Amino acid sequence: MDAIFLQILNGLDKGGAYALIALGLTLVFGTLGVVNFAHGAIFMVGAFCAVTMEKILTLSVKVKDPSVTFFDAYKETPYLELWFGNTGSAIIDWVVPISIVVSIPVMLGLGILMERSLIRYFYKRSHAEQILVTFGLAIVLQELVKTFFGANPIPVSAPDIVAGSAAIGSWIGLGDAVVYPWWRLIYLLFSVVIISAVFSFLNFTTYGMVVRAGMADRETVELLGIDIERRFTIVFGLAAVVAGLAGVMYTPVLPPDYHQGMDFLVLSFVVVVVGGMGSLRGAVAAGFLLGILQSFSSMTEVKSIIPGIDQIIIYLVAVIILLTRPRGLMGRRGVMEN
Amino acid sequence: MSNTQIATPRQELLYMVVLSAVVLTMPLWLQPFGAAYPDLMQKFMIFGIFAIGYNILFGLTGYLSFGHAAFLGVGSYTAVWSFKLLSMNVVPAIIFATLLAGLFAWLIGFVSLRRSGIYFSILTLAFAQMSYNLAYSVLTPITNGETGLQLNQADPRVIDRMAGIEATSGLPNTNLFGLQGTGYSGFYICAVILILAFFVSLRIFHSPFGMKLRAIKSNQTRMSYTGYNTRPYLLTAFIISGMYAGLAGSLLAMTDPLAGAERMQWTASGEVVLMTIFGGAGTLIGPLLGTGIIKYLENIFSAFNDTVLHNMFSFLPDWLNNILTAIISPFVGEGWQLLLGIVFMLIVIFLPGGLMEGYGKVSRMIRERGQKNVDDGSSDKQHSTGEV
Repeated sequence: MDAIFLQILNGLDKGGAYALIALGLTLVFGTLGVVNFAHGAIFMVGAFCAVTMEKILTLSVKVKDPSVTFFDAYKETPYLELWFGNTGSAIIDWVVPISIVVSIPVMLGLGILMERSLIRYFYKRSHAEQILVTFGLAIVLQELVKTFFGANPIPVSAPDIVAGSAAIGSWIGLGDAVVYPWWRLIYLLFSVVIISAVFSFLNFTTYGMVVRAGMADRETVELLGIDIERRFTIVFGLAAVVAGLAGVMYTPVLPPDYHQGMDFLVLSFVVVVVGGMGSLRGAVAAGFLLGILQSFSSMTEVKSIIPGIDQIIIYLVAVIILLTRPRGLMGRRGVMEN
Repeated sequence: MSNTQIATPRQELLYMVVLSAVVLTMPLWLQPFGAAYPDLMQKFMIFGIFAIGYNILFGLTGYLSFGHAAFLGVGSYTAVWSFKLLSMNVVPAIIFATLLAGLFAWLIGFVSLRRSGIYFSILTLAFAQMSYNLAYSVLTPITNGETGLQLNQADPRVIDRMAGIEATSGLPNTNLFGLQGTGYSGFYICAVILILAFFVSLRIFHSPFGMKLRAIKSNQTRMSYTGYNTRPYLLTAFIISGMYAGLAGSLLAMTDPLAGAERMQWTASGEVVLMTIFGGAGTLIGPLLGTGIIKYLENIFSAFNDTVLHNMFSFLPDWLNNILTAIISPFVGEGWQLLLGIVFMLIVIFLPGGLMEGYGKVSRMIRERGQKNVDDGSSDKQHSTGEV
C-alpha cells in the first residue's frame, strides 16, 4: 500500500513535468499547426535561466576571513551577502523562486522572437520541413548553452526551507515511514496551478476565446477583422513560458545540462501523440497517465516479471495507441488522423 | 534536378565510372585538402553508405524516419559478435549485420508504416529510443552496456580456430581474407562496398520500383486510387534503407571493433537526416556530397582552437585579430555543432532541396544568361536536355 501510494505520487510528479511540456507543444500545434522540435530546447533554456540567475546572485569577491588569525585567509563571499548580510543569503537561497519571476518575461520574449523571426515562415510548409528547421534550431540553442555553460550538469538547489522530505504518510494515516521530498510535492502543485492557469486563460478570457476560435477556424476569425496572427504569436510566447517554467522548476530535481531538452523532447512528443494531437486536455491527461505508468513499471516487483519494462513502457504505450486509436486518447475526430 | 527519367544504360555506366574514379582516387585528390588519411576517408565511405540508404527511404518516399541509427547500432553489434564468435573475417560480419538489420527494419517498418507523416516520424523515434534504452539496460549481456561491446583475446572465434589461425599476441585485426580492415586497405574495402551500394541505389532510382516510390511521395492518395497498395513498396524501401544502415554499422565495426549504444540514440539518426538534406534528398549524389562535406568540415573545424585562429589571422593588426578570434571561436572546436546547426537551418529555410538544388539553380541561371546572349528562338529544345 505504501509503495503503491508513493509510486502514484512519483508518477504524478513526473507526469506534471511531461504534462507541462506537452501542453506547450500542443498549444503551438493546435494554434499554429507547427510541429516544434525545439520545444525541448526551450525547456532547457528555462532551466538555464535558473542557472544564470544563480550565477548572477552569487557573484563573489574574495574577502579576508576574520576567523583565521594566524595567517591571511580569504574566502569567496557573494556581493549580496556583503551588502545585505543575512537578507542577502536568503535571496541567494531563494534563487529558484526568483528565477521563476525573472524567466517569465525572458521566455515570453524568446518565444515571440522565435515565432516572428523563424516559425512564421514555416506555417505553409510541410510538417517534415517544420520538424527539420526546428530540429536545427534545437541544435543551435543547445550548442549555445553548451558554449556558455559547458557540458556538465550544473546543480541548483531549492530553498533550504523545503529541502527535506514531507512526512506525507502521517497526514493521511499511512505511518511515518512514508515520506516524500518537499520540492517534488511543490512541483506537482506548481504544474497543476500552471495547467489550470493556461486552461482558464483559454476558456474564461475573451482573448482566450478568440484564440480558440482561431484554432477552430482561422479564416473566419480573420474575416471578422481580428489580427489572429498576432494572438498566435502571443500563444507561442505563452507556450515558451510554460515550457520555460517547467524547466526552471525542474532544476532542483535534476541538475540541467545542455542536452536535457532533447531527452525530454522525445518523451513529450510521445505524450502529445498519446493524448491526441491538438487536444490540450489529452496532453495533460496523457502526461499524468504516462508518468504514473512509468513509475509503476520501475517498481522492482514489476521489473522482476518483465525486465526492462521501465525503460520502454512509455514508447510501448505510444506505439499501441498510435496503432489502435490513431487520433490519440482525446483527439478530435478528423484532426491529424493520417 | 529530379531524376525523373529512366536513364539509359550508357548514362548509368558513365555515372558508375565517374563515381568509381572519384572515390578510388580519393587518397590522391584529398591530399591538398589535408584529408587524405584513412580514418577520415573510411568515415566518408561509411556514412556515405548510411546516407545513400537513408535517401532511398526519405528522398524517394518522403517518409522522415528518426530511427535509422537503431539499425546502424544493430549492424555494429552484430558485426562485433560475429568477430567474437565466428571469425575476424569481415565477410560473415557484413552479411549477418545486413541481414539482421534488415530483419529489424522489417519489424519496425511493419508497425511504423501503418501511419504516415509526423506520426511515422514519432513511431520510428519511439522505436529507436526503445532500442537505445534496452541496449543500455536489460540487454547488457548482449551489448555490454555503457562500456560498449569489445573484442577479447579469449573469444571463441570458431571458424578462425578451425582454420588454425590463432591470435598470438594482442588483439587480432579484422580482415578480408588477409587484407587488413583498418588503414588504407580498410578504406578500399569500404570504397568498393560504397560503389556497389551506390550502384544498387542507382538501379533503384531508375527502376519502376523507384518510380512508384516517387509516386508515393508526390501523391499517395492518388497512388492508392490507381490501384496500388502502397504499403509493400514503402516497407521494401524501409527494409532496404535499414539494411544499408546495418551495412554501414558493420563497416564501422570493421574499422574500429567497438560497438556502443550511443550510436543508436535518436540524435545520431538526426545526423544522417542532416547529411542527406544538406546534400539534397531525393538526388543520387546529394547524400554523398552532404556526407563528404559535413564530415570533412567536422574534421577541419573541430580541430580549430584559439591558437590556430590567432595564427590564421596573424597578418592582421592585433586588436582586429583578437576580435575576429573572439567572434569565430564559439563556432569551431567544441562548438562546431553550433555552426552545423546554423548552416542546416539556413539550408532548410532557403534551399530545401539541399546543395543539389543550389547547384541546379546556379547552373540554370548561367544557362539562361547564355541563351539571352545568343538570342535564339528555339530554346524549347534546350530545356529538356540539361536535366539528368
